[in-house]
Amino acid sequence: MKKTIATFLLAFLPGLATAAGGGAHLEEVSVNIHDEAALQRGAKLFSNYCLSCHSVEFQRWRRTAEDLGLSQDQVEGSLIPGDGTVNDMMDNVMPAEQSENWFGVTPPDLSVVARSRGEDWLYSYLKGFYLDDSRPFGVNNTVFSNVGMPHVLWELEGLKKPVYKTVTDEDGEEHKVRDGFEYVTEGSMTHSEYDRAARDIVTFLSYVGEPARLERPTLGVWVIGFLAVLLVFAYFMKREFWKDIH
Amino acid sequence: MSLMSSFAGWVDDRFPMSKMWREHLSEYYAPKNFNFWYFFGSLALLVLVIQIVTGIFLTMSYKPDASQAFASVEFIMRDVQWGWLIRYLHSTGASAFFVVVYLHMFRGLMYGSFKKPRELVWIFGMLIYVVLMAEAFLGYLLPWGQMSYWGAQVIISLFGAVPGIGEQLTLWIRGDFVVSDATLNRFFALHVIALPIILLALVVAHIIALHEVGSNNPDGIDIKKNKDENGKPKDGIPFHPYYTVKDIVGTIVFLIFFSAVVFFVPEFGGWFLEPANFIPADPLKTPEHIVPLWYFTPYYAILRAVPDKLIGVVLMAAAIVVLFLLPWLDRSPVRSVRYRGPLFKLALTVFVVSFLVLGYLGTQPATGIYTLLAQIFTILYFAFFILMPWYTKIDKDKPVPERVTK
Repeated sequence: MKKTIATFLLAFLPGLATAAGGGAHLEEVSVNIHDEAALQRGAKLFSNYCLSCHSVEFQRWRRTAEDLGLSQDQVEGSLIPGDGTVNDMMDNVMPAEQSENWFGVTPPDLSVVARSRGEDWLYSYLKGFYLDDSRPFGVNNTVFSNVGMPHVLWELEGLKKPVYKTVTDEDGEEHKVRDGFEYVTEGSMTHSEYDRAARDIVTFLSYVGEPARLERPTLGVWVIGFLAVLLVFAYFMKREFWKDIH
Repeated sequence: MSLMSSFAGWVDDRFPMSKMWREHLSEYYAPKNFNFWYFFGSLALLVLVIQIVTGIFLTMSYKPDASQAFASVEFIMRDVQWGWLIRYLHSTGASAFFVVVYLHMFRGLMYGSFKKPRELVWIFGMLIYVVLMAEAFLGYLLPWGQMSYWGAQVIISLFGAVPGIGEQLTLWIRGDFVVSDATLNRFFALHVIALPIILLALVVAHIIALHEVGSNNPDGIDIKKNKDENGKPKDGIPFHPYYTVKDIVGTIVFLIFFSAVVFFVPEFGGWFLEPANFIPADPLKTPEHIVPLWYFTPYYAILRAVPDKLIGVVLMAAAIVVLFLLPWLDRSPVRSVRYRGPLFKLALTVFVVSFLVLGYLGTQPATGIYTLLAQIFTILYFAFFILMPWYTKIDKDKPVPERVTK
C-alpha cells in the first residue's frame, strides 16, 4: 500500500510545483469572491475607471447583476455606460481603432485576465504605478515595465515617485536601485482605502474570470459526499460477493 | 420472465447476445489474485466514455473558427447550462486518461503482461497510447489560446526535420504557412471524428485479443494450466459478478479523486489548464516559455537533450517505437517482477525514475545542468531496452509457483 501511495504521489509530482512564471516581486493579496459588498464596490470602480477602454466581452451584464445581488435597474442606472441594457455584453465604450491610436495598443479584454495573470499580479499592478518622465503618460509600473496604460486611478491613490539607493555589486561597481516610494501628490483615498479599492477590483476581476466558481466548490462537496456514501455500499457489496473466494 | 427469456431466445437466434455475455463477462475466467494495479484498465475505459460523452456536448457549442473558438469556449463556461462542468470534465479527463494509462502500462511492465502469448494485446495497447497522444495534441489546439497555438506550432515544426520533404510536410499538415484557421478546422475534424473512431476500434481489438488469451496476473502464472473437472481454471473466477462489483469500488474511488480536481482545482496549479492558455492565440507574439502538457514532457526532454534537431526527433520517436518491441527484447522465461532476478528489478526502477525525471526536465528550461541531466536520463531510458536481451537472459530468476498466491 505504501508503494501504491508513493506511485500516486510520483504521478502527480509535477503538480506540487507551481507553473506560473515569476518576474518582478508580487505583493500577495487574498480575495474572497463570495464577499458581495467587495464585488459590488469592485464592479463600480471597474465601471467608472476601467470600462471606458477595457471590455469584459465574454460576460453579460445580466449575469453580473444576478451574481452580485443587484437589480436590473441598479445595474442599468449605475454600472452600464450609456443606454445599454442588462442583455448586452460588458463591452467597453471606446472603439478599438481609437484606443490603438491613443495608446499604441488596443487595451486587452479583461474577461479572463485573472486566470492568465493571477490575482497577486493584478493587485501589484494596480498598486505599482510610479512617476517616470520618460514615459508618454508620465508613469511606469513595477510589474509591467514600460506599460502603455496611464495611471487611471491616480486621483484615488495619488502619485508616488521612486526612491533610489546605491548598492555596490561583486565587481565593485555602484548601481542605483529602486528602494521604495515617496508620495508626491496625495489622492482622495488614504493608503489603506486605496489598498482596499485595488483589492475590490481584483475581487471583481477574479469573479468575472470564472463566474462558475461561485457555485463550483459547493457543488463539489455534494458530489464527493454522494460518492463517499455510494462507496460504502459498493464496498460491502463487493465483500458480500467475494466472501467465498479464498 | 418467460416473455423476457423468449425475447432473449428470439435475439439469440439472430445475434450472439447471450454468447457474447458469457464469453466476455459471466464465463470469462479472470485470475482471482488481481491487485490494486488491475483497476486501471477498466478505469481507462471509463475515462474514454467520459471523454466521448462530454466531447459530444462540447461540440454542440464550440466553434472551430479562429475568430470564434476562444470566445465559444468562454461562452460554454458562462452561458451554456452546466457548460463549465462539461468543459472541466473534458479537460480533467484528458489528463486523467494519461494518469490512468501510464499506471496501466507500468502494471504491464511490472508483471510481464506484454510477454508471450499477449504480444498483440501489448501492441494494440501501444497503438491506443500513440493515438491517444495524437488525440490529446489535436484537442489542445481547439481552445485557441496562446499555448494551444504555439504548442501546435512547435510540434508541427518537428516534422520539418524530415530530410528532403520536411518543409512540404509541415505545410501539408497545417494547410497554411502558419498555424491558422485551416489548421484549426482540420484538427477539429480529426479530433472529433477520425481519431475517436480509430481509438474505439483499437480498444475493441485490445479487449478481444486479451479475452482470446486470458488475463495475466501479479504472479505471471498461466491459470489455464490448472483446470478442474469442468474445465474451469482453478485459480479463475468469472469476471461477472466478481470483478464487476470490485471495479465498481475502484470506479467510485477514482471518481472521488477526479471530482476533487474538477470541482476544486480544475487548473491543477496550471498543469491541466495553463495560465497562458487564457490569452487568445496571437500569431505575432511568442510566449516566453512554450511547454507541452505534462504527459508529453518526458519525450520533449529527450528531444531537447540532443543538439541536432533531426537526431532529436528521431530519438523522440524511437523512445515510443522501442516500447512496441518489448515482447521480443525480454528473454526471461518469467513474467512477473515477483519472481524476476535483481537485474530486472534494478532496470525497471532505473527506467521508471528516468521517465519521471525526464518528465520533470521537460517542464524546465533546457539550459546547463538540465540539459546534461536530460542527456544522462535519455541514455538510461534507452539502456533499459537496449540491454534488456542481455540482462533478462543472465538474470537469476526465482522459481515460479504452480498456483497463484495471495
